[in-house]
Amino acid sequence: MADHKYIGKSAVRVDGKVKITGAAQYVDDLEFGPGLLYAAIVESPHAYARIKKIDPSAALKLEGVVKVVTGKEFPYRFGLYMHDRYVFAQDHARFVGEQVAAVIARTPELAKKAAKLVKVDYEVLKPVLDVETALRDGAPLIHPELGKYQHVPWFFPEKDTNIAHFRKVRKGEPLKGFEDADEVFEDTYTVPRYAHCSIETHGAVGLFDHSRRLTVWAASQSPHTQRHLFAEALAPLGITHNDVRVIAPFVGGGFGGKAGVSMEILAASLATTVQGSPVKVLWSRAQEFYNTYQRQGVVAKMRLGVKKDGTITALEQKLYWDAGAYVEYGANVVNAAGLSATGPYNIPNVHIDSVCVYTNLPPGGPYRGFGYSEFLFGLESLFNEVAKKLGLDPVEFRRKNAIREGDILNYGGKMNPSGLHECIEKVAREIDWGKKRVSSDPKKAIGKGFSLFWKAPAMPPNAASTAFLKFNEDASINILVSAMEIGQGFLTVMAQIAAEVLGVPPTKIRVETPDTDRNPYEWQTVASHITWSTGNAVKNAALDAREQILKTVSRALDRKVESLYVEDEKVKSREDAAFALPLRDFVINGIMMKDGTFRGGPVVGRGMFMPEFASALSDPKTSQGGKPNVHYTVGASAIEIEVDRETGKIRIPKVVLGVDCGKVLNPELLKGQVTGGMLQGLATVLYEEMRFDDKGRLLNANFTDYKIPTAMDVPDEIVPIFVEHEQPDGPFGARGVGEHTMIPAAPIIANAIEDALGVRIKSMPITAEKIALALKEAAALRKEEK
Amino acid sequence: MKKTIHFTLNGQKRSIDVAPTEILLEMLRERLGVKSPKCGCDRGDCGTCSVLVNGRTLRSCLMLAVEIDGAAVTTIEGLGKDGEMSPLQKTFHERNAFQCGFCAPGMILSATELLARNPEPTRDEVKEGLAGNLCRCTGYTPIIDAVLEVSRKSGEGK
Ligand code: FES
Ligand code: FES
Repeated sequence: MADHKYIGKSAVRVDGKVKITGAAQYVDDLEFGPGLLYAAIVESPHAYARIKKIDPSAALKLEGVVKVVTGKEFPYRFGLYMHDRYVFAQDHARFVGEQVAAVIARTPELAKKAAKLVKVDYEVLKPVLDVETALRDGAPLIHPELGKYQHVPWFFPEKDTNIAHFRKVRKGEPLKGFEDADEVFEDTYTVPRYAHCSIETHGAVGLFDHSRRLTVWAASQSPHTQRHLFAEALAPLGITHNDVRVIAPFVGGGFGGKAGVSMEILAASLATTVQGSPVKVLWSRAQEFYNTYQRQGVVAKMRLGVKKDGTITALEQKLYWDAGAYVEYGANVVNAAGLSATGPYNIPNVHIDSVCVYTNLPPGGPYRGFGYSEFLFGLESLFNEVAKKLGLDPVEFRRKNAIREGDILNYGGKMNPSGLHECIEKVAREIDWGKKRVSSDPKKAIGKGFSLFWKAPAMPPNAASTAFLKFNEDASINILVSAMEIGQGFLTVMAQIAAEVLGVPPTKIRVETPDTDRNPYEWQTVASHITWSTGNAVKNAALDAREQILKTVSRALDRKVESLYVEDEKVKSREDAAFALPLRDFVINGIMMKDGTFRGGPVVGRGMFMPEFASALSDPKTSQGGKPNVHYTVGASAIEIEVDRETGKIRIPKVVLGVDCGKVLNPELLKGQVTGGMLQGLATVLYEEMRFDDKGRLLNANFTDYKIPTAMDVPDEIVPIFVEHEQPDGPFGARGVGEHTMIPAAPIIANAIEDALGVRIKSMPITAEKIALALKEAAALRKEEK
Repeated sequence: MKKTIHFTLNGQKRSIDVAPTEILLEMLRERLGVKSPKCGCDRGDCGTCSVLVNGRTLRSCLMLAVEIDGAAVTTIEGLGKDGEMSPLQKTFHERNAFQCGFCAPGMILSATELLARNPEPTRDEVKEGLAGNLCRCTGYTPIIDAVLEVSRKSGEGK
């Protein structure tokens, strides 16, 4: 392995000082002057209703109200992967909280007050609130026009149903696989909806100036995708990509929630109705819960065929996703999960149906893990049950079936380099697998849980990244990219990559958040793909700049290009140890020749990366034939818990997460992903849950009722283990890892509870009450049996 | 109706006319341009709006501006001295104790108060002291470690 100076070291965050001094500006911190207007939203109180009439007259009478805007002004359908949503509800409102109209006023208070005065007449319809109802014959159609919707070629909606997308994966001969099995096990697991809970809510400010230029400042993971969708959605107004500019300041947490376009379309659209004045739309915490993307719920029905020795012969996975009222983004979660719903196992015969179902609940969408956490809960729970019934050790069962490099994936391609087996060994050793600890307190039971995990970036095959890199007089560097720093440390890692190539320390490299006018194209900051993809683009830009530097020196000073290299901010020569030309001497001004002329000049590098091998085209009946996933990152995780035999309360002495993310570029930042992602995952299994009433109203749209972890809820010890099997096409061998750290959390807990208490809980979250109840039921059952 | 209040903000004397219903967080952000206290929930749940009032962290989203009449208010802008970051700020920076950074100002103010009250807290005391500040990114472990490290270091200095 090559020796690196900056790669693999824990460089301190380049965005550290600005954040820790309070100087970092998030969208709500930006100043827009006295002309700033504020919008408040008129929301549907019904999960499904026909909008009969909207009467804004009372609102318009208030002094300081500038405008009331309704769906009439924007009768356009748009969306990321499927055009199934609108700026404002048109004739139907499809979830509680959906935007039906907006009031623009001179102060936020006034806008809110006026929004209450907008009178909307509804004809209330019976809502469809779960997948079973939605799939029943004769169920009300939530999108009767579905058959007409434009969508990407890899979606398969079924018209005149509530099925927005149906992903089928067929590998091998599933029927035969089940015939060959010694035993077949089946079960159903359910996962509710979850909220991202970034501490910063969504916010956006739009300005449509008098030159018809539309600028949107947004808390965003996807500035270029937003520009594209704004231009597409507002094209009927004559707005083009060239007119739209998206500026993304720092973001206070993303987790997928700020990907794509959600409420930002409101700022963009409303701005066009008040030309010349900026309009701010800022979500309250409650709106953040009920009107942004949510993590979709799923009902997972599974069948597993196994040999007595534990070899898996076949898997059937039927995943029914509660995707909500609009699925323009969420359907791709369904798609991605469907392609990978075997988990990291080498299963010869596979039958997967991943079904995206419309319901009258808020739109589902991307959430860290992108569907993988959801199916893994059931799958890895079932694996434990199966191992137990076969009398096999659960880790041994997994070891036996775990995927290896070169194994055939569900869609036919080959598995990339993978240290999965090494992760299994290391994690098992770290958690002392096989050794049972007994609590000194008879009221407490101790249990251990184990799970594997994997995930691939879910992205269009042509998702590309680009980078510009420019030198300054002092040989400091600015890198321009359009991926987002959402906390993961992206800016720092990009600085490290350029530093390594150019011999300039990361502390002299500035990488800042994007502006689509200035920074080159990036698809989106999602899918744990930017370290890999944008990293490659930055590396290419740095290589481009380095080539310019060495060529200039070679040309001006008559030295062989091959003999030259950069180190410590200087160009040096392998042939002449005394030669050391500081970069700052020429990266802007060039090198002066004897006759007073100059060679070289300002060094500007450009880099691009596009995975030219990827393709989403495959046989719709089997998913065979394409290469939808660029690579999988895999790992294993284990936990030890101590649970109270009466109350079901859980304490976590130790969690271990072993992951092979290829070359680790910055260990400290990666550890941060582990501690953060793991706690986020543990919360989804232990207590978080979005609860809706029978009218489709969210019951816990605040942090008092939707509890997220505090410092008190941290496990005693979190042990990260990094295994480094390099990714051949990754920058310095890296591949993605941001989402993976939360994916195994649910099954390790579920399996540890079963290990400790002998009860298997098949629905998330596994709250203390649920455990206590299950224990009571088990005790009652035992009594009956006696 | 409006009342003139006098207070110090990060060591500087300030006075301003406020309405009786004016919220402290809004006054700081919208009228004085101090943007480091953030609004994460507007109902006392998240702690991102924390400011130090006479050395105690309070949630400025729940306070009226009139309540700080005569008080000393500190936000994170006021923690450093002579252009140097405070030891907590420095350690948070070095130890990657924040990611998106949105919670960081409030978190550091809470930690500042905690160490002022209890210079050598146990791990559990640190957890308790920070339990009112939500962070969705870090999983808290690096934050708790950073606070303990600062307390250890200042203990050594004695
Ligand atoms: S904004 Fe004040 S506690 Fe959340
Ligand atoms: S660093 Fe993002 S909320 Fe704490």
